[in-house]
Order: sequence, then C-alpha cells, then structure tokens
Amino acid sequence: MASVGKIARRTFLIGAAAVAGGVAVGYYYYRKPFPNPLEAELGKGEATFNPYVKIGADNTITIVAPRAEMGQGISTTLAAMVAEELDVGLDRVKVEHGPASHAYYNAAILQEGGPFAFFDESMTAQAVRSGLGVVGKFLALQGTGGSASTRDGFDKMRQAGAAARQMLIAAAAQKLGVAAADLETADGSILHKASGKSLTYGAVAAAAAAMAPPAEVKLKDRADWKLLGRPQKRIDMLAKVTGAPIFGIDVRLPDMLYGTVKMSPRFWSRPVKANLTKAEKMPGVIKIVPLETNYGHGFGIIADNTWAAFKAAEAIDAQWSDPEYPLSSAAISDALKQALATKGSVMRDNGDVDTAFADAPRERIVEADYAVPYLAHATMEPMNATAQLKDGALDIWCGNQAPTLVRQLCANAVGIEQDKITVHTTFMGGGFGRRVEVDYALCAALMAKETGGRPVKVTWTREEDMRHDAYRPAAIGKFQARLGDDGMPVAVDMKMASPSVIAGTLRRLFPSISPLGPDKTIVDGAYDQPYTIPNYRVSGVAAPVSIPVGSWRSVGSSVNGFFHEGFMDEIAIAGKIDPVEMRKRLMAAYPSAVKVVEKVAAMAKWGEALPAGKARGIAFTLSFGSWVGEIVQVADTPAGIRIEKVWIAADVGTALDPGIIEAQLISAAIYGLSAAMGQEITFADGMVEQSNFHDFDAMRIFQCPVFEVAILENFHKMGGVGEIGTPPAAPALANAIFALTGKRIRTLPLSKTVAFA
Amino acid sequence: MRLTVDGQSFDIDADPDMPLLWALRDLIGKTGPKFGCGIAACGACTVHVDGQPVRSCSLPVGQVSGAVTTIEGIGAAGKLHPVQQAWLEEQVAQCGYCQAGQIMSAVALLDEVADPSDADIDNAMGGNLCRCGTYPRIRSAIKKAAALKTAGL
Repeated sequence: MASVGKIARRTFLIGAAAVAGGVAVGYYYYRKPFPNPLEAELGKGEATFNPYVKIGADNTITIVAPRAEMGQGISTTLAAMVAEELDVGLDRVKVEHGPASHAYYNAAILQEGGPFAFFDESMTAQAVRSGLGVVGKFLALQGTGGSASTRDGFDKMRQAGAAARQMLIAAAAQKLGVAAADLETADGSILHKASGKSLTYGAVAAAAAAMAPPAEVKLKDRADWKLLGRPQKRIDMLAKVTGAPIFGIDVRLPDMLYGTVKMSPRFWSRPVKANLTKAEKMPGVIKIVPLETNYGHGFGIIADNTWAAFKAAEAIDAQWSDPEYPLSSAAISDALKQALATKGSVMRDNGDVDTAFADAPRERIVEADYAVPYLAHATMEPMNATAQLKDGALDIWCGNQAPTLVRQLCANAVGIEQDKITVHTTFMGGGFGRRVEVDYALCAALMAKETGGRPVKVTWTREEDMRHDAYRPAAIGKFQARLGDDGMPVAVDMKMASPSVIAGTLRRLFPSISPLGPDKTIVDGAYDQPYTIPNYRVSGVAAPVSIPVGSWRSVGSSVNGFFHEGFMDEIAIAGKIDPVEMRKRLMAAYPSAVKVVEKVAAMAKWGEALPAGKARGIAFTLSFGSWVGEIVQVADTPAGIRIEKVWIAADVGTALDPGIIEAQLISAAIYGLSAAMGQEITFADGMVEQSNFHDFDAMRIFQCPVFEVAILENFHKMGGVGEIGTPPAAPALANAIFALTGKRIRTLPLSKTVAFA
Repeated sequence: MRLTVDGQSFDIDADPDMPLLWALRDLIGKTGPKFGCGIAACGACTVHVDGQPVRSCSLPVGQVSGAVTTIEGIGAAGKLHPVQQAWLEEQVAQCGYCQAGQIMSAVALLDEVADPSDADIDNAMGGNLCRCGTYPRIRSAIKKAAALKTAGL
C-alpha cells in the first residue's frame, strides 16, 4: 500500500503507544529472560525444565498451557505442542493453566496491531511487527485474545517440549553410560534399544532439570508429527460432561461467604442518594459496602448465600447522577452521525479517490449508509469472582483472559503489592472478549476487605451482567463506489464512525496511558481486505461516546465485515456481475483469497439453480491472519426466513487441530448469525434497556443451520482461529436475504426488517 | 426442610422461596447445575425432579416434592451415562458451561422418546441456550446416545 510510511508516521493507536514506548526503551529488557514461575511452586519430587514443563519422580508429566480456556480448545492445542516434542500422548499428561506470570507474555496479541494489512510483507510492516512483538514482552501482558494463542505458542511451546526431551535424554545417557544418540523416546520413557534398558522420564527428571538447557533445539519436521495436525480428544471434555466444578462460579472454600453487586445502571455515575436500610435488614444479609472501581460505582452485598444477596440487591433504593454521554440510542446515533461528518483518519488510500469520483456519471455511482448496534457478550457464565484477603495476602479465583492485569488492577484497588496476590485462573463459561475486563475481580477483591479474612464468592445476576458490559460499539458507515464500463468498481470510498474500543479499554485497564492516535479497530476488516481497486480509500473517526466498549469476538472486523461485504455485494449487483466472480477478479493478486472463494463456491455449488423460495449470499473477510469465505442459504417459510445451510472455507495457514478448528469456525459463525438476526443493546435515560435472554437472545438449536466446513492451508503464515468465523457471517446472511427478498438491509439486527423462523 | 438429591438425603435450612438451584449450589454443594439467567430462559440450571426436566433457577425449593437428580447423579458408579458417553465421543463441549443443562434435557428426552427425530430434538432442546454454538454436535450426540442406549451400553 502506497501510503503506509505516511500512515505509520502519523501513528495509529497501539502502534503508537506501543512503538513509541517499547522499541526505544525496552530492548534490553526484552532480551532478558523472565524467571521460571514454576520453581516457586514445585511439589515433592517435581522438577521443572522451563515455564511449560514439570515432571515428577513418579513420572507425572505436567504441561502448563498459560492461555485461558474459554471453550476455544486452546489448552488442548498448546499442550499438544509441548507433548508432540516431548514424545508423550495427551492422555499421559496433566495440563494446568499455571500462575499469573510475566513469563507467559503473549507477543502475538500485539503483533498485528500495527497499521498494516496481514498480507503486507513490506520491510516497514515486518519491522513494526517485530517491534510490536517486543512490546508484547515489554508490557509482559499474559493475555488470551486476538486469536493469537497458537501463533504465539507455536515456536516457544514446541521448543519447551523439545528442550526438556533433550535434557532428559542427556541425563539418561549419563545414568546408563551410553551415548545420547543411541537413545529413543516414546510415551514418557527413554529406551536404549541395543541393551533393552529403559528409564522413565520421572526417573531422570531431577538430574535432567539440573542440567543447562541445550544451546540449540531441534524441532520435528511436520511429516513426523503424531499429535499436531490431527484432531485430538480435548483434555477438558470429561470434566465438562460430568458437571465437574471447573468454573469460577463453582469455587467453594471453607467458611465462604456469598455476594453480588449492584452497580450504577448509568455508566460512571455515582449514587447521589441511597437507602440501604431495607436491604441491610433482609434475612441472610451480612453487610452492604460501597464499591468504587475504574469501571464505575455501586454497592457490594455480602450474605450467607447468593439468593439472599440477589434479593437484597433488588431492595437497594438508590438514585444515580446524570451520565456524561448521550442519554438515548437516538442521541447516540446523532453523535455518530456528527462524528462521521468530520475529517477522518485515512487508513488506506490507493490511487486518487476524489478525482475518480469528481467526473463520475450519476448512474455509475453506488451509495449506501450502514449501521450496527451496541452488543453485549452475554457469556453463559455470568461475571463472578471469589476473593480472600487474609494476613495481607489476596487470593483471587476467576475465569479471566488476562491474569497479570487482574493482579495489577486488584493490587491498586486493594492497596497491596502485586507479589502479595495470587490469581487462580479457572475455566471460563465463555469469554468472547468479555473476560479481558477485570471488573468482576475488582469487585470481589474490594468486598474481601470487608469480611474479616473470610473468602467471598461474588456472582452477578444476568441483569447486572447484561447491563454492565464492555460492549461491542455501535458504528455507522458511509460507502460510495464508482463502477467502470465493465461493471467492476474503479473507486470506493468507505468511512466509518464508532466509539473507540482502544480508548475505552485504556480508560479501564491502563488509566495512566492516554490514547495517542486514531483507533485502528474502527477500520479493521475494511482497510485490510485483499481486494485491488485502483482508487480505494478507507477512513475512520472515533466518536466521543463514553459508554464502555471493548473487545467482542473479532472486534472491528465484526462491524466492518458486515459493512464492507454488504457493500461489495451491492457493487456486484449494480455492476451486474456475479458476487463470487467479482471477488475472484478483485482478489487476483492474493491467491489464498481466490482459493478460499473458489472452495466455498464449489462446496455450495454456487451458480446452480435453486428451487423457488431459496437463495444464497456470500461474504469474505480476512481477519486475525486467516482468510474466510462463507455462503449462507436461506429459505422463505410461512413462519419467516429460515437459515438452512452454511458453508465455510477458511485458510488458516497451518491447521494444528482440524477438529477444534472446525468447531471454532461453526461457533464463531453462529455467534455472528445470532447477533445479525436479533441482538442489540439500546439505551434510554442513560441505561441499557435489555436485561436478560428474553430480550437479548441468541440462536437456538431449532434455528441452527447445517454446516459444512473446509480448512485450507495455502498461505505461508499461520493465522488465528477463534474469531475468524464471525465477520463474514452477518453479511453472508444479509446478502442471502437480499437475494431472496430483494430487500437490502443495511442496519442490524435484521429482525428490525424481516422475521426469522 | 428435607431434600433428596442424587439418591442422598439432605436437611437444609432455607427460605422456601429460594430457588432450588441456589439450595443445590450454595447449601448442598452441588455445583453441576449452573446459574445462567434466573428466569428459566437458558436451561443451564436444568435438573430432574422425579425424572421430569425442570429449570431449577425458577422453582422455589419449598415446592419441590420429588427426588432431584443433577448431572452428578445420572451416571452409575465409575460409568458414564450413555448421553455423557456420546457427548464425549462427539467432542460436543466448548466452554462447557451450558452442557450440564443440555445433557439433563437430552437424558429426559431419551427417557421419553427412544429414537428422537430432528423435530423431537428441536422441541426438547429449544430451551437450552449455548453461546458457543455447539448445536450441530449436540444433535449428533443425541442420535449417538439413542443408539448407545438402545444397544444397552
């Protein structure tokens, strides 16, 4: 892209904060290894080789998979990386999340944060990428997000397994008095074939762990993989089908109290008047305490049981100060429109768009306005955390996507040092970006100050959860295209406005860092798509609406996938070109994209005539380094529109577990379809109007289409998996509905315009 | 108040208005049934009372007269229920939070209909929400469980 240098200098956010702070200051720090956090917590007879591997004298092999399991299967795939190189089956190992530690920083989470499309492999783009990787380490963020975990772990987890294996072999060679080269490993044992002698890993673990790590580590060739590249049995499946107590909400401790919160229904507002008397007198209620956090203000209710706390929360009679943001959805929409009318930050600027439109005849112009609403994450497990503050030390148990942030923010809130805090990360009953936030942990930590050392489990009601999210922001976009004589687009101008996810996240999680530049997430999924159009401009404007917004599965691409691909469909229809054919032509410079479109079209037999009352739509989005095409087939039924079938083709570069990847693609598509069909968060009097699943529902089993999935590995870089199925789902559905009904729906949810069966 | 849960008897001191779910989770310590919505809209809390599936988040414990069965009580000692076995084989769960409720609804369905059609599955499982979108594998697992059960496994 021509103007990349200029844009880089102008500094987009993340790129800005990160590059400025990190590369200059942090390189020395980057080179210094973090200490191994497992050394502090070894059991009797256990030895540790690196932050990812522990082996006991009894040959119990423990692998630390330091990314949060929220359903995406990451603990299984990360464990498989280590186990592959360690030469053990997954059924032979114990997998733990491990402690909160900077040793487990996620470098990949920021790597694509720079102002470059994934396919941009220019010198500048690569330099910024490696710079941002350094920053990932500099901030030492142990985070799970950005569909980054396998990319981050792929080298270091395999190296951890291989290094441990080499050390075990070296120790066994010493013990047996044979050459290391004559030893083989299999299933947790080391075998000397010539003599038939064998040793378990456990028998030499202590000696091996005391050796210096090898200077050079040799990884297996892909052809020799036994676990990676094949579907594995998930390590968490048995626990999940037997109702085992694996979630934060299942934590039970001796002498434990229960609680809930009632936070201001208006964000950032304070209670101006509150009558707690009635609530305090209710049976089972122990104490009601004020709560002040980076997330807002309210009350914590401590009780004998959760139900008593819920009832008392309902009985609190409080008035809250006026909010600092527009009061209603209509007023918010006006604020977005005002923002859109201002000069935006240009993120992609090919050719000369203004000149290309200047002399365009009216009939060659396509124009459209798009809009999407705020969305809640609505994880199945409502927000919760358990905390105990005793003898100056805080223990906190919760499912979370960022344990080092939980530790840091709880330390500030409670007023103790970080090294006095232990974060116990449980499995999560859904994350989708919601559990990057730490509000639930802060509330529990503050309430633990009030219990005289007893642990307190703080569970939010669904209503509290729905009304205190860090929402996917509402967004609007203005789109223009000029068609050429052949019907193909010669110029497109795309501009969108939305509250800034990055600015919102910084306010809550890093209040000392102020946003430096525009927010790339506003244009993600639109500026970075593999289409070549001679004049192609994408710009974004951050709208000043301070309702909390955050990362919602696929972030900016969840907005712009719908905008960009809906508009591409409009261009194809206006130019009288088949939407698949048009995409293939525009993507010719990106063979991976073309192959994805061709594959999904072939799977769906695109182009073959359908019976009356059925129609299809296609969409494509490159996000998180993966190339995804989806085709949705809809049918007109007496009860409304039915989504019958969805075909997905995804190029993820390297597919480490096809079973889990297939599940994630379907999951993410259903997440996107659920939102597109019927979800919206609206505001009145400064408060969220929705409260529970009756007014913020998701797809049910009787609405679920049949899925067919193909996983491709054409591109030479590995992409992410957890979020990539979401962006194309909404536009493919809307495009199918256009094909079925002739109605071009540019505002989500679609249920405002059509009924679904 | 006396409650029979998973074949065991419990004496509890609870407000009769307390939903069965919270009596199970906070007073008895059965955390298999999950809290999702509190208004019988998501099915995560599904348990059986005398074999019938109920949403325990909306059933006052004072009104429970029969024996309660949770996810922790459907398998025999050391052996999974065929529905759990099928869930394992089909690798259904993702985050897993709704699955105890899904499994309890599926067990009740198969007790009533040995070989359920797609429409039977839609009807019986429509009240169980899954935000991870595991529905296609839930459908396959119910069919597999039906076969396992018929074969007496």
